[in-house]
Amino acid sequence: MKLATLSAINTERAARRPVIVVTDIGNGEQRLVRAADIARDPLHIELERHLRMGKSSVIEVEGRELFLNVYAPTAKLVIIGAVHISQALAPLARSLGYDVTVVDPRSAFASPERFPDVRLIAEWPDVALPPLNIDHYTAFVAVTHDPKIDDPALLHALERDCFYIGALGSRNTHGQRAVRLRAEGVSEASIERIHAPIGLEIGAISPSEIAVAIMAEITAQLRLPKASTA
Amino acid sequence: MLDRDEDILKAAESWAEVDKGVALATVIETWGSAPRPAGSNLVVNEDGTFLGSVSGGCVEGAVVTEALDVISSGAPRMLEFGVADETAWTVGLSCGGRIRVFVEKVV
Repeated sequence: MKLATLSAINTERAARRPVIVVTDIGNGEQRLVRAADIARDPLHIELERHLRMGKSSVIEVEGRELFLNVYAPTAKLVIIGAVHISQALAPLARSLGYDVTVVDPRSAFASPERFPDVRLIAEWPDVALPPLNIDHYTAFVAVTHDPKIDDPALLHALERDCFYIGALGSRNTHGQRAVRLRAEGVSEASIERIHAPIGLEIGAISPSEIAVAIMAEITAQLRLPKASTA
Repeated sequence: MLDRDEDILKAAESWAEVDKGVALATVIETWGSAPRPAGSNLVVNEDGTFLGSVSGGCVEGAVVTEALDVISSGAPRMLEFGVADETAWTVGLSCGGRIRVFVEKVV
């Protein structure tokens, strides 16, 4: 590997941009494909699939063995609300490899006793969220049930490119939320991005089951091809 | 987790920048219950210092030895480890898996 390639991998990773290194195993030839260049690459179908799955593997192209090594950023999960569901959601998300942050201005909720080993920010969303640099590799869930906290958080997330946004509440609750967000100037297309009621429909009742439903929905959004996740 | 892999590659870059010989070993294929997935890296410098893992400890010693050869020869090398071959019985993967590791020099 050329030192320039290694440096480029490190630069892209530090910026949380995915990169794929394509190595011809037969002759050692190597090239680096940045995320922004995948669409116009001759191997774009394979590259896109590998990136979506976060999976590195050997493929055969015209009799040559090519190793596609995917360097994808660690996915982040930002949870608004240090509530009961979040106590189940945070460890589950961590076990799935997410870098988890919980935000709740109510310090009685956002306490280390309730959330051992989780990054906690006991601030309002307008203070807590900008430094988190929410990007495409971020899943964002608002579960406080309190519009004073959830709404400004969702407004922030909708301005970003996060791959998943979910909000707790029934259809009725979400309908009222949509009215409030529209009043704030949010477009219909943006409101459509919010998964609500949150989570896959698996009949979840307990906080742990709801956490499973949420992580299942987030996983589907991350891994399934775009066309089938509508 | 993944952050650690990033540190590994950063270490490789910083070694190479001060003109230390560096090799990069990458798991490119796994069969059965291999402990580390394809894409996992191990980096070695000419002093034999290494970071990262290709097998969770089972074959690292052999990979480091091969990597030192790659650093001196400059030619990439493909290694295979598994319970089915002779080498594996000595250094082998206790889990019963098989892995293919590509070792290349950073130039």
